[in-house]
Amino acid sequence: MPDYLDESVMKIVCNGEERTVAPGNKIVDLLRELGLEPDTVVVECNGVVLKREEYDTHLLTEGSVLELIRFVGGG
Amino acid sequence: MLTIAGREFGSRLFGGTGKFASAELMRDALAASGTEMVTVALRRVDLDDPADDIMRFLDRDRYLLLPNTSGARDAKEAIRLANLSRAAGGSPWLKLEVTPDPRTLLPDPVETLKATEELVKDGFIVLPYMNADPILALRLQDVGAAAVMPLGSPIGTNQGIITAFQVRIIIEQARVPVVVDAGLGAPSHAALAMEMGADAVLVNTAIAVAGDPVRMAKAFAMAVQAGRDAYEAGLGEARDKADASSPEIGLDFLR
Repeated sequence: MPDYLDESVMKIVCNGEERTVAPGNKIVDLLRELGLEPDTVVVECNGVVLKREEYDTHLLTEGSVLELIRFVGGG
Repeated sequence: MLTIAGREFGSRLFGGTGKFASAELMRDALAASGTEMVTVALRRVDLDDPADDIMRFLDRDRYLLLPNTSGARDAKEAIRLANLSRAAGGSPWLKLEVTPDPRTLLPDPVETLKATEELVKDGFIVLPYMNADPILALRLQDVGAAAVMPLGSPIGTNQGIITAFQVRIIIEQARVPVVVDAGLGAPSHAALAMEMGADAVLVNTAIAVAGDPVRMAKAFAMAVQAGRDAYEAGLGEARDKADASSPEIGLDFLR
């Protein structure tokens, strides 16, 4: 069955790449799946910067565009 | 003591965290520099290396983080990065950088002024990276910049203070601290900036790419202190004509 007919998966775009996640997944579930410690990442969802406490409640929806950002070395 | 936006800094050397060969080397060089303020950048997480996190090597009790908006090409991009930075670091401190041309990395004065004004209104403590333009420094100060950061020479060029004439005017006129940023390639460049009366300098590349970054960090720390001491002690005036250091009288016995 193609993805678009399968209601058990949702498509999102994370850091420019398409991914599939299960409906009902929250931001924190995606971060954990990616091996990221939530406290070390800033999340922008559809252009809005989320607060850390929202990671545990914010539901991913079909077509969500996420940017996962963190501090790196710079001058 | 240097004070920016009400916060005191024991060191007038600000450090960068880019270009170090390893995070451990960065940590040790920063410690050796004695700095209390370090810049960082914001980028997408590398999903292939989720554990790669520079923050594990930066002691937040020791260093105030100064996130930059490097990579921003206009005010809008800089403001987006600023909001991400405040969410990431929980702090309003910001080194505003708007550099539309990757070839020169020179800052855009119009977009920098626009972004400074908006970000200050939004509660950020803004330290704008700017070309060494004395009028722009006044304009940035007027819209609420906490300090101004004129460049000595373009980012990463190690050419020293090729803007000395303008930097002197900026220092003379400024009511906010002046931090000479970018292009300081040797401790002597940093000492010169401090002798001119700069309040602080920011050094990244020259320390990070040195053969021994820890030792270079110490060298910069000493140079910054030496330059500051010289400025406070009061330098003698430069003259065109010679002026003998030894007495001119008491030579009769020679003639």
